[in-house]
Amino acid sequence: MTTFLLIGAVVLLFAAFLCLYRIGQGPTAPDRTVAIDILGTLIVGFCCIMALWTGQDFYMNIAIAWALLSFIGTIALAKYLEGRYYDE
Amino acid sequence: MNETAAQILIGVGLAFDLFGCIGLVRLPDVYNRVQAATKCVTLGTCFILLGTTVYGMSAAMGIKAVLCAVFILLTSPVAAHAIARGAYKSGVRLWEGSVVDRYGEEKHPSRPPDERTEPAQAGEPLGAGRESG
Repeated sequence: MTTFLLIGAVVLLFAAFLCLYRIGQGPTAPDRTVAIDILGTLIVGFCCIMALWTGQDFYMNIAIAWALLSFIGTIALAKYLEGRYYDE
Repeated sequence: MNETAAQILIGVGLAFDLFGCIGLVRLPDVYNRVQAATKCVTLGTCFILLGTTVYGMSAAMGIKAVLCAVFILLTSPVAAHAIARGAYKSGVRLWEGSVVDRYGEEKHPSRPPDERTEPAQAGEPLGAGRESG
């Protein structure tokens, strides 16, 4: 199981580097916002892999908190892209 | 038995995550990228969370993983929809190979297809009457 989780962590890191490529390279601001959103979801999966690897519970707390904050941040960035006020 | 099932679920989830991120890099414009990446990565991460539950290391971990999977399934499409709407309103053009644009047709019926992502002007007739610009 440890070897399997190591392979999984490497695959997720490769996917995260693809997201980083899009964040750096993306021609428009919405491209970068999409990549940031996807990177947050990937980190939730990476926290699961780390929780299974180490057997510690607190990684799942990190995953839940990261999912919540990533959603709120993405909504704020999308409202900013839309060019309106936040309290509409 | 539990370990084998968890490995299958996590493996499927990892494959979906990887293919979603390849789509994020390879596809031509924002709307295609948000489509591919959001759907694949949402399903893949939910599979990884379900695999964490099935492995059964502890009850707290399983319950938190199910909660997190439900939350991601609810919020990820909302975030993707908000990004796509914001991209359209901020003037990002569609890829030239796109064949249909229902949102622009409904919002700006009097414009040629190339100019539908521009903001609305004063006095211009708007379709469906929902958007005030």
